[in-house]
Amino acid sequence: MTEQLVSLTNIAFSIGERVILHDISLELQRGKILTIIGPNGAGKSTLLRILLGLESNYTGKVGLADGITLGYVPQKVAVDPQIPLSVERFLLLACSTIPESFATTLEQVGVAHLLPQKVTSLSGGEFQRVLLARALLREPDLLVLDEPAQGVDMQGQASLYGLLDELVDEHGFGVLMVSHDLHVVMANTDDVLCLNQHICCSGHPEAVSRHPEYMRLFGDQSTENIGIYTHHHDHEHDLQGNVCPHGHECSKFGDEKHG
Amino acid sequence: MDDFLLRALTAGMIVAILCGSLGVFILWRRMAYFGDTVSHASILGVSLGILMGVSVSFGVIATSIAVALAMLLLRRDQRFSNDTVLGVLAHSALSLGLVLMVFVEGQQIDLNAWLFGDILAVTKIDLMILASVGSILLIVLRLIWKPLLSMSVSEDLARVEGVNIAGIGLTYTLLVAITIAVGIKVIGALLISSMLIIPAAAARNLAKSPEAMVLYSMLIGVIAVVSGLSSSYFWDTPAGPSIVVAATCVFIVLQMLPKR
Repeated sequence: MTEQLVSLTNIAFSIGERVILHDISLELQRGKILTIIGPNGAGKSTLLRILLGLESNYTGKVGLADGITLGYVPQKVAVDPQIPLSVERFLLLACSTIPESFATTLEQVGVAHLLPQKVTSLSGGEFQRVLLARALLREPDLLVLDEPAQGVDMQGQASLYGLLDELVDEHGFGVLMVSHDLHVVMANTDDVLCLNQHICCSGHPEAVSRHPEYMRLFGDQSTENIGIYTHHHDHEHDLQGNVCPHGHECSKFGDEKHG
Repeated sequence: MDDFLLRALTAGMIVAILCGSLGVFILWRRMAYFGDTVSHASILGVSLGILMGVSVSFGVIATSIAVALAMLLLRRDQRFSNDTVLGVLAHSALSLGLVLMVFVEGQQIDLNAWLFGDILAVTKIDLMILASVGSILLIVLRLIWKPLLSMSVSEDLARVEGVNIAGIGLTYTLLVAITIAVGIKVIGALLISSMLIIPAAAARNLAKSPEAMVLYSMLIGVIAVVSGLSSSYFWDTPAGPSIVVAATCVFIVLQMLPKR
């Protein structure tokens, strides 16, 4: 069963003379992951904020399915250090009562041990996971994430995106996220939307990565990206095709012992 | 104990409890300038109240609310920062109030009493107004506590989670404006905002939870009122400033504790 969670129609947004977004339409079904990529200043975060009702001066139509619950993991949350707030209290701000899923969700996201900590004492990666937990505690139908892997190390990123996959399978919500991590995007998403004020291209990851607009946008860094892409698989191949474990330098001329 | 002293103590404690509880949000939401502006502008309310022949309290409450609303609107203008807007409003309203006082005929206005408070002149009626308004304000604060805390932590998250940001923000703004209006007779227009900030700031180092910070903040305010008034009674120091000095002493002492 495909149930449409959200549809944006002809969204446009400007600040003064500067066009931030132009003619954006997209749809997202339950159980799907849609990832938005694009250069800095492409309007990715703004698009999410419009969908979430955090921006007002846009044109176009935001259609959310009736009565759906949104979970939001923002790019940045600056909690004032003058608020004495434990992680537990921070999480419970999102709920009117303690949900049954409380313990399981915290365990799953790996923040259970952080509960008594002060929110402002967390590392970037820990705080990102706490934010994810807070969004999940609302048992959302649609999870909106703005660069959730920010400040998370490479290994953490892989497990974060892996966790998202699991959660989608388990709960069947839809995920709309912005990401910079092209290599992860290509591996972990149903659809990709390449944004640069307008929609450059969209569709399945492989199709998008071959699209000329995509090549043009990311072309100058494409070799670098390919480098990153292979590097972050769990192994690499040397010139002879031998598998080298991740993190080890492969000899360009092959390993002499294996000749 | 003399009646006037008892009234002063009670009035001071009510103001301390109101300022202590609302003040933590002034800190958390970085609105220190806001309290300052509304309290400065209340002098304009004093002048307008007298000039228009309505009661001073009414003039002050109306002006405080008007200035608070003006600030909410002006905050949307991105060309000027909050500080700038508040700086312009605060001192222009204060000055306009002082200028207008010249035109008040007949009765002499005791400017010092409005600027620095006249806690020893609090009447029974003042006290009754203070007590009833104070209880209402505390009840309203209790009702909006959770959403207000949530939006102080993160406005974006609160909004996505369904908090009515504009409504709660406006309600809180009105609570502060009314507190300042009923408090300036006790502590004075120039000093009331310090009662919003200093006890709350002093409580920061003691509290482990938001609720504890509110309780400590109220308690520190009450201690400041009692010690300030004692100093005023025994050594004849000015009451309002003595209360603020006492609060500051508590603040300094608490900074010696290990940081939380």
